[in-house]
Amino acid sequence: MNSELIELAGIERVFRLGDSEVHALRRLDVSIGAGEYVAVMGPSGSGKSTLLNLLGLLDRPDGGVYRLAGRDVTTLSAEEQARVRSEQIGFVFQSFHLVPRLSAAENIALPMILAGIAPAQRAERVARALCDYGLENRADHRPDQLSGGQRQRVAIARATIMRPAVILADEPTGNLDRATGEEVMRLLEELNGRGVTLIVVTHDGGLGARAPRQLLMEDGTLRHDRRRLAEEAADPCARPT
Amino acid sequence: MRTTDLIRFARGAATGNPLRTTLLVLAMAIGVAAVVVLTALGDGARRYVLNEFSSIGSNLVIVLPGRSQTGGFNPGNAVTSTPRDLTIDDAQALLRASAVYRAAPLAVGTSEISAGGKLREVTVAGTTAEFIEVRRLALAQGRFLPSGDWRRGASEAVIGAKIRDEMFGRGPALGQVVRVGDRRFRVVGILAASGQGLGMNTDELVIVPVALAQAMFNSNTLFRILVEATSREAIEPAKAQVTEILRLRHEGELDVTIITQDAVLATFDRLLGTMTLAVAGIAAISLAVAGILVMNVMLVSVAQRTAEIGLLKALGATGVTIGKAFLTEAAMLSVAGAVLGFALGHAGAAIIRQLYPAYPAFPPGWAVLAGLGTALLTGILFGVLPARQAARLDPVQALAKR
Ligand SMILES: Nc1ncnc2c1ncn2[C@@H]1O[C@H](COP(=O)(O)OP(=O)(O)O)[C@@H](O)[C@H]1O
Ligand SMILES: [Mg+2]
Repeated sequence: MNSELIELAGIERVFRLGDSEVHALRRLDVSIGAGEYVAVMGPSGSGKSTLLNLLGLLDRPDGGVYRLAGRDVTTLSAEEQARVRSEQIGFVFQSFHLVPRLSAAENIALPMILAGIAPAQRAERVARALCDYGLENRADHRPDQLSGGQRQRVAIARATIMRPAVILADEPTGNLDRATGEEVMRLLEELNGRGVTLIVVTHDGGLGARAPRQLLMEDGTLRHDRRRLAEEAADPCARPT
Repeated sequence: MRTTDLIRFARGAATGNPLRTTLLVLAMAIGVAAVVVLTALGDGARRYVLNEFSSIGSNLVIVLPGRSQTGGFNPGNAVTSTPRDLTIDDAQALLRASAVYRAAPLAVGTSEISAGGKLREVTVAGTTAEFIEVRRLALAQGRFLPSGDWRRGASEAVIGAKIRDEMFGRGPALGQVVRVGDRRFRVVGILAASGQGLGMNTDELVIVPVALAQAMFNSNTLFRILVEATSREAIEPAKAQVTEILRLRHEGELDVTIITQDAVLATFDRLLGTMTLAVAGIAAISLAVAGILVMNVMLVSVAQRTAEIGLLKALGATGVTIGKAFLTEAAMLSVAGAVLGFALGHAGAAIIRQLYPAYPAFPPGWAVLAGLGTALLTGILFGVLPARQAARLDPVQALAKR
């Protein structure tokens, strides 16, 4: 059996707009090991978000096979895919996607509520997450009462609360200023340091360069798959795979 | 998702959008309340008229002097132009008919009653001993007029409950002498209070022998002859026989109007039943409007919340979970609206009954059930269907909708 966590083979994604077809992804083959930190880069419209959505089972490919932890997830039913999302995948969006009427604590607890986890266990995990992300004093604040950085921290806490194997972040710093973006990246990298596979989409070369492995997308294909072997020892966050 | 979480989530979603929630609950409540109140009014009218008619007596055939043009029930023009008197002898002659069980002549006029220095205007009914049976009246005290020759009568009177109260207060009335017009009568009986009665309120009535009443009003004609048939089936034969006897007695001319209570009752029942249905139809339209409003609000709401549905799916919610969440919310709103409408409607009906105590404004059970059922069904259906639609989208499609 292959030890790779994520295996994409011949993945196709075609959007049809009337008569025209947009090939967002063309025969893509990528493998990502458990615990890797990968930056997906490339110009706008190159298919980065489409790739991430497929990885997160938010979208279905038009062709090819996606294996997650050795299991073909493309053929799963919608309900089974929901389970995989619930248990294995944490998503962080550029625009945060918090539920406006729920407090920070409730937003963080949402995946556990949906999964039917007992309230006592929920409270304990949420309290710890609030601590971990410096949100103790913001627990009862609603998203509109939080700053951008705080919102993204809530979103990251929510993405990790189910202890997923993979964190997928689509331009997580896109709506944040430089310093706050740095802070958010540091949090994500810390997660990777604890063994979580981290895949970050960014078009910021500086941020992308922090990752030991960079996937460079262009027009729906993989242009480069670059590993930064030399600096690996110097970077405390990166782990050999 | 746990049930308590489901309820809390649905409640949060409902209260998170107070305008939408208020609108939905109100629309539903008004629809249901309209059904309850309007059908209470319609059915109340039907019941009121039926009550009134059955309180007159049963198996009745009523003879009125004068020929009504249409032959239908129209007391207004029935009492005008009387070519020939309807007499006590006419009434007595009706007793020969085989289908007639009893008959009571009735002469009516107004006069003054006085006793112990008190004086008031009063309706005087001249009749015979049979009247109490035919009209199904009850006595509170004493006895009714004695049976005997209809063309004579002792100076005895039976008075209504209100007359008794006004003339004698708390003192004894039985055996007292009252003056009616220029005659003196001894009170021999007091009618039980009835409160209602179509046309004639028996509480404010003084009943005296028919011969004395006619003398008092200086008239030979009767106001009515009340005929009781031997059975329900005998009503039509009785009517035919009465018609024949009176035609013979009036030289071959039928110058009276003969109506049966059954026919009147059936007409009113049909008429008012139709009215209740019409009113229920109007109420149903208001309910349908409420339903359409609910549908629109729900459609808009789900469209607005498609992104939320996408997010929930991205966070691991299954389509079933999302369906349940929306079902819970729609059910909560619908039940709240239906219960509120039910309460409002019953309060409205109660207010009508308070204002018009004689009017039995109770909503019929079928209407209440239909109203509640329709409200709940439309609310839940329109709440869940669009949500199910949205839940079937791929999460990325749903998320992209803003
Ligand atoms: N829902 C969609 N419908 C039609 N075309 C789409 C849709 N989503 C993405 N695309 C197209 O697919 C291509 C890749 O898009 P995307 O993955 O969002 O690019 P990136 O995230 O790299 O900017 C683009 O040409 C885009 O226009
Ligand atoms: Mg993108």
